[in-house]
Amino acid sequence: MKTVAVVGASLAGLRSVEELRRQGFDGRIVVIGEEPHAPYDRPPLSKAFLAGTLPAADLTLSDDDFDAEWRLGIRADRVDAETASVHLSTGETVRADGLVIATGGRPRTLPGTSNLAGVHTLRTLDDAVALRADLRPGARIVVVGAGWIGAEVASTCRSLGLEVTVVEAAPIPMERALGPTLGSLCADLHADHGVDLRLGVGVASFVDNGTRVTGVVLHDGTHLPADVVVAGIGVEPETGWLHGSGLALDNGVLCDTGCVTSIPSVVAVGDVARYRTPSGRHVRHEHWTNASEQATVAVRNLLAGTTIETYRPSGYVWSDQYGVRLQLAGETTGADEVAVIDGSPDDRRFVAEFRRAGRPVGLLAMNNAKLFGRMRRQLTPA
Amino acid sequence: MITACAVDDLPIGESTRISGEVAIAVFNADGEFYAIDDTCSHQDASLSEGWLEGCLVECPLHAASFDLRTGVPTCLPAKKAVRTYPVVVRDGVIYVDTGSREAVA
Repeated sequence: MKTVAVVGASLAGLRSVEELRRQGFDGRIVVIGEEPHAPYDRPPLSKAFLAGTLPAADLTLSDDDFDAEWRLGIRADRVDAETASVHLSTGETVRADGLVIATGGRPRTLPGTSNLAGVHTLRTLDDAVALRADLRPGARIVVVGAGWIGAEVASTCRSLGLEVTVVEAAPIPMERALGPTLGSLCADLHADHGVDLRLGVGVASFVDNGTRVTGVVLHDGTHLPADVVVAGIGVEPETGWLHGSGLALDNGVLCDTGCVTSIPSVVAVGDVARYRTPSGRHVRHEHWTNASEQATVAVRNLLAGTTIETYRPSGYVWSDQYGVRLQLAGETTGADEVAVIDGSPDDRRFVAEFRRAGRPVGLLAMNNAKLFGRMRRQLTPA
Repeated sequence: MITACAVDDLPIGESTRISGEVAIAVFNADGEFYAIDDTCSHQDASLSEGWLEGCLVECPLHAASFDLRTGVPTCLPAKKAVRTYPVVVRDGVIYVDTGSREAVA
């Protein structure tokens, strides 16, 4: 293998480049990134960066360029997967022998808001800069979606003294991931910090003054005045450029158990990769740790020319919101039992174990990093 | 020189945090004591709550790993070293010498 093209220059792409070098690849690496920025860390965009306490310069993920060619601000328009040739928005073609797909995802947008100022999604640094500029003193914020991003944005806005309403269509936030009891605890966190949380009701429409959003109408008829609306309603994998490539696509790039696509010289990592678990399901994760961990395995298999290593996710996820640190590991969805094994949710300091058929499969900790760190190493892969 | 704790209170594999203007984490790595800045050089997390393996401590938040002997990170996401401090054991008590902060690599 002489040339590897890495499409996507965020964490998954950067980690793939790092792993290529670490695993001894000394050929040419070309990285194509649509954003103009060098790889940066996204998690602070909803937290310290949005709050204005962390400067953009501190988001940089690496000071090393790993002797790769970084083609930033350039889109990959399409790819011929058989020959690993990537066609760029500049009209150029990068010919490679190996391809790493790390294009991540694109946030879902609220229907009917594409031309409305004041309506935001949050994925990129530019998104965060634009949202931050709108968080003026006295601004009324409506956050749609009480998942991780929604909760962190709401928390940051409250820390800035802004009035926040969170609208969540489900009756309990985070219920699928955390179950009803701990999901309700997430609802309590919002309420404890003065957020007006509207559960079990969806958004019907938006009110505007011709150019800017001025309010949100809910399905129950409620009108919420709003100067800023933030949608945290999930992400779609960025696969549009891969149509016609010959790669199998279905809610992501379909891969085997080692992140290798139907073509052995093409691997996928991060939010865009929908890999097969040893039990035969295809899953896709939209988390920082997954993007980092998958790169190690995908690159090993890419360089080997075949799948010699199976990806085993740690399932590690963290969130900082309302002054508490939440940490998850393993599989928390589909547990049939959840038990608090240390501390107490009332004290906002605990570790809960998620079990399936009596076996621990996942963990959630709040403000309990040390014990969590120990226990997560004892989890058996599901 | 600041007092960390009694030797007996820091068994092998354990860590403790000394709060102060700059919080310091003290570790017992297989019988050797090490002191470093407690706050991860990447983002706000307490390294004293991290996972200790040999002479490396893994940040409890993002799994950046630091060499306790040098403070230098061994992997992303940390890029900057944390400061290290000399540790002195006298009469069964562990002390950290904060007066002579060692150069950061």
